[in-house]
Amino acid sequence: MPTLKTVVLDSDKCIGCITCMRRCPTEAIRIENGKAKILYDKCINCGECVRSCKGGAKRPVYDSFDLVASYAYKIALPSPSLFGQFNNLDDPNYVIEGLLALGFDEVFEVGLAAELVTDCTKKLMAKRELPRPVISTACPAVAELILLKFHELADQMLNVYAPAKIAAKLAKKQAIERGIPADDIGIFFISPCPAKVYSLHKEEVSNEKYISGVLGQSDVYFRLIEKMNKIKNPRKLSKCGYSGIGWGSSGGESNSLGLGNYIHCSGTRNVLGILKEMSDGKLDGADFVELNMCPGGCVGGVLNVENPFIARNRMRQLAEKMKIPPATMEQYGLDESFFLWDKAPEPSTSFQLDTDRFAAMQKLMKVEEYLKKLPGIDCGACGAPTCRCHAEDVVQRGGTLDCVKLGEVEG
Amino acid sequence: MVDCIRLEYDVDGENFASAGHASESVKRTLKQMGVSPASVRRVAIAMYEGEINMVIHAHGGKATAEIYPDRIDIYLKDTGPGIADVGLAMRAGYSTATENIRSLGFGAGMGLPNMKKYSDDMKIDTAVGVGTTVFLRICF
Repeated sequence: MPTLKTVVLDSDKCIGCITCMRRCPTEAIRIENGKAKILYDKCINCGECVRSCKGGAKRPVYDSFDLVASYAYKIALPSPSLFGQFNNLDDPNYVIEGLLALGFDEVFEVGLAAELVTDCTKKLMAKRELPRPVISTACPAVAELILLKFHELADQMLNVYAPAKIAAKLAKKQAIERGIPADDIGIFFISPCPAKVYSLHKEEVSNEKYISGVLGQSDVYFRLIEKMNKIKNPRKLSKCGYSGIGWGSSGGESNSLGLGNYIHCSGTRNVLGILKEMSDGKLDGADFVELNMCPGGCVGGVLNVENPFIARNRMRQLAEKMKIPPATMEQYGLDESFFLWDKAPEPSTSFQLDTDRFAAMQKLMKVEEYLKKLPGIDCGACGAPTCRCHAEDVVQRGGTLDCVKLGEVEG
Repeated sequence: MVDCIRLEYDVDGENFASAGHASESVKRTLKQMGVSPASVRRVAIAMYEGEINMVIHAHGGKATAEIYPDRIDIYLKDTGPGIADVGLAMRAGYSTATENIRSLGFGAGMGLPNMKKYSDDMKIDTAVGVGTTVFLRICF
């Protein structure tokens, strides 16, 4: 998995407290030599460590805004959550005009692409080919979590690309149809979270597909607010309706599908809880499950500026003014093949102790042996989030148990 | 030489919310061994049903899992009321669970049938007034 790092540590600011290690949903952080270290092969880029770090030592990484200037024809892809960042915004066109004033030649709303993804999902759900409940893959951190720790749910993942990628594909197609040379086109997604920075880099930027770079929403916000303040009477450029902008909050995607029997939840602990229930076969009655790792949905991503629940309230009010009905695939001349995954993503083996079954069993026996010695209080003093993690670490890299409690008993 | 990984759990009879603790832990171990997702799923469902049964009918008990490279053997042992008519209990939809339990969404009479459905071998050793041991084998 990642050679790309979307969250890095500012060592000077890290005081080696165990807050981020405890909050990490995949046990991917250790404290080594007094500093928090991310195990990138287990990291799903959810941003929970960024959110929980009191000292601001965790720094999300995204592309430099300067990259935009290197393309002749620049397209911005704002996510629905961007529209919730501004106080007293009563018209989405201010944001679009602001982005144009920033130097973009065109703005393609990801909310509009989300409406098209909804239309495609409805058609796929009606065919009933996917095992129920179908799990949304719009949140890339959830998708990575399933591929890391819930392989048994992988066949329930909705096999369509997320709205940002669909927006890029469609924007590029339309620009080329208008005669703009493909090499001149630079498409930039403005991301609310490190997970989307990571997934789009892995999928898109490094393969030179549709997206040229992924910008940080907070970085763009401060540039944008200056331009927006100067705009009077914006043109009617927005094509996204109430349905598309709703995707920025947890429940928006499910709502748009018009289903009755669905679950939506957000936040790392809640998401883990629902995945566990599903894995035990307990949600078999539901048709659709929408999970967002960030609290409240994409508005809760760590690259946002505003509090997620304030942003959500603003977006709800804004949506009431956005009367445009949801876009359809027919309107844009698209069929399902435009949306479907080229291939299903590979599950990760990082959670296994060994790719050889027998070797893994030997290691697990050793883990159980160590666990009998450890106090089981998960204090974190050894630098691992749980006693079990510490036992696994020692088994994997050798050495001896390092436990303050163990010292008390034996010493 | 690898023999088996033996895991033992106390199943708390007072607490519905904690039921599933044993199956959750077994699942983690199986995933770390690289057991196929389909097998993990069968184990999870069968074992979870077994745990819930122990909570509903027998005030808890002991769950033991023996994990071999090619299979898992699960023993769910309780000292509850025992099953008077095993044939009847195995019928889908039959349940002796109380109305209170049913109102919580349990006691649909699918516990034992599901355990049978998702396992390769199942044996019930029971005596009224003494207790029940359910043996489940799931091959990977």
